[in-house]
Parts: sequence; structure tokens; C-alpha cells
Amino acid sequence: MWIYEKKLEYPVRVDSCNPTLASLIIEQFGGADGELSAGIRYLTQRWTMPTNEAKGILTDIGTEELAHWEMIGTLVYKLTKNAPVDKIKDTPFAASYANHGKSPFPHNAAGVPWTATFINSKDDPVADIHEDMAAEQKARATYEHLINLSDDPGVNDTLRFLREREVVHYQRFGETLRIVEEYKDSKKYY
Amino acid sequence: MDYNQVKLLQEIMEVGFALIETNLYLDTHPTDERALMLHNTHSRKYNDLYNRYSSKYGPLTYTGMSRCPWEYIQGPWPWEIEYEKCHWD
Repeated sequence: MWIYEKKLEYPVRVDSCNPTLASLIIEQFGGADGELSAGIRYLTQRWTMPTNEAKGILTDIGTEELAHWEMIGTLVYKLTKNAPVDKIKDTPFAASYANHGKSPFPHNAAGVPWTATFINSKDDPVADIHEDMAAEQKARATYEHLINLSDDPGVNDTLRFLREREVVHYQRFGETLRIVEEYKDSKKYY
Repeated sequence: MDYNQVKLLQEIMEVGFALIETNLYLDTHPTDERALMLHNTHSRKYNDLYNRYSSKYGPLTYTGMSRCPWEYIQGPWPWEIEYEKCHWD
């Protein structure tokens, strides 16, 4: 099961009201390489993992991704909460506002809603962990694009933290891949 | 949320983050004794801070004890805490 802890993984600071930036950062809330995809992907892949290390890492990284999803939602919320409607009207955030108001909603920066087609689970640990490593690199690249697009120091501080987490997760998945391959070689089970 | 409460909460978040890191590392290095020592040191510190915070400000999870009324739902919630003010220029 899961238990909610009433705190963020990292203090999310926002120094401006910037609906346009919010509409770009939403990419990591509901986009293909976003935090929701990551969390659901890893937690879904756990059942068919062959080793305890792999079950553990998917459980714990999957859980951390949900904490990152909460941080992204917080960025979006804080970037828009004080914006009067006339400061939203002519920004790209207006399209999301028309449907969802100021509620962060899991769609990407282009408005495409989140879908399970963003993820996969193959009952094949080598294929799954390769997907996971690629996902971490794609998320890192997205964070770098977002940092390029943002001039809010508070937002950039949080984006840099999240970018670094992708690098750490990639490292842990690489170690998991090696463990799983060694196990496979010892079993010759396929 | 007053200064002392945010400060204590941020301390919990800091030590909590250290535990996230040792947890992930230990998942793939379960026999690394140095990492385990680091984890256990932070675990003890985390529990101390967590208990200190809960007894003052109420539980951070539903499993904790509370005075009346149920302190768990008291704001601000994590996404509402102002680490710095939001300005509109």
C-alpha cells in the first residue's frame, strides 16, 4: 500500500506569476516523458521483475516519481494562482484554463491528455529496464529544455533538482539492469 | 505557517531526502555496510525530528496521534507553503 506524507520532497519556490511558463512545465505533469508516466510505468512493471533488487528499485523510484509529480503540480499551481484572468487571456495557458481553470491537469504542453499508451510493461525485465533508462534520459532532456525556457530563479532551482534526480535514477536502473542480466545468465531461463 | 514550523519541516525534508538517496542506493547495493551505516544514522535523526514535529504541530501521516480537532487536515498543505512570496509585476 501507500501512505501519504504531508510534505514535498523538495521545497518548491516560485518567484513570479507566469502562466505561460506554467503551460510549458505542464509537459512534465501529463506528457509522455513526464513524472506521471514515470511513476505509473515503474510501479506497473514491478510484478514481473525477477530479483528483489529490481522489485525494490521500481517500487522506490516509482514512488519518488509520484512525489515529483506533486512538485510539478505545485510549480504549475504557484505560477498561476495569483494571476488575474486578463493576464492569462493572451498566454498559451488560456487553452488549459478554458477547461480546467487553474487546476493542473495531466495533459502535455500541447494539450494532449495523459494516456497509458505513453508507457509499457513487457514481462521482460531487460526490455522494461531499457525502457526505464531511456525514459530517465528523455525526462532529463525535457528538464534541460524547460530550464532554457524559464527565467524564474525559484522555478529553475526546482527544475535543476528534478533534472539531477533523472541522472541518479538512470544510474540506479543501470545497476539494476546488470543485476538482472547476471541473474538471467545464472538461470538461463529463457 | 510560522517560521519555526517551516524550519523544522524543512529539516525533516532534508533528512528525508538523504534517506531517499540511501534507500535507492541500498536497493542495488544491499551489502554496502558504509551505506547502511549512513542510512541508519539518518533514520534515527529522521525519527527524532519527525516525533518532535508531530508532537508540536500534528501528524504528517494519518497513522500519527492527534489532539482534537484532527490536526492532520490543518493547512497549509505542502503545495500551499510559501517558501517565498509570489509577486505579480
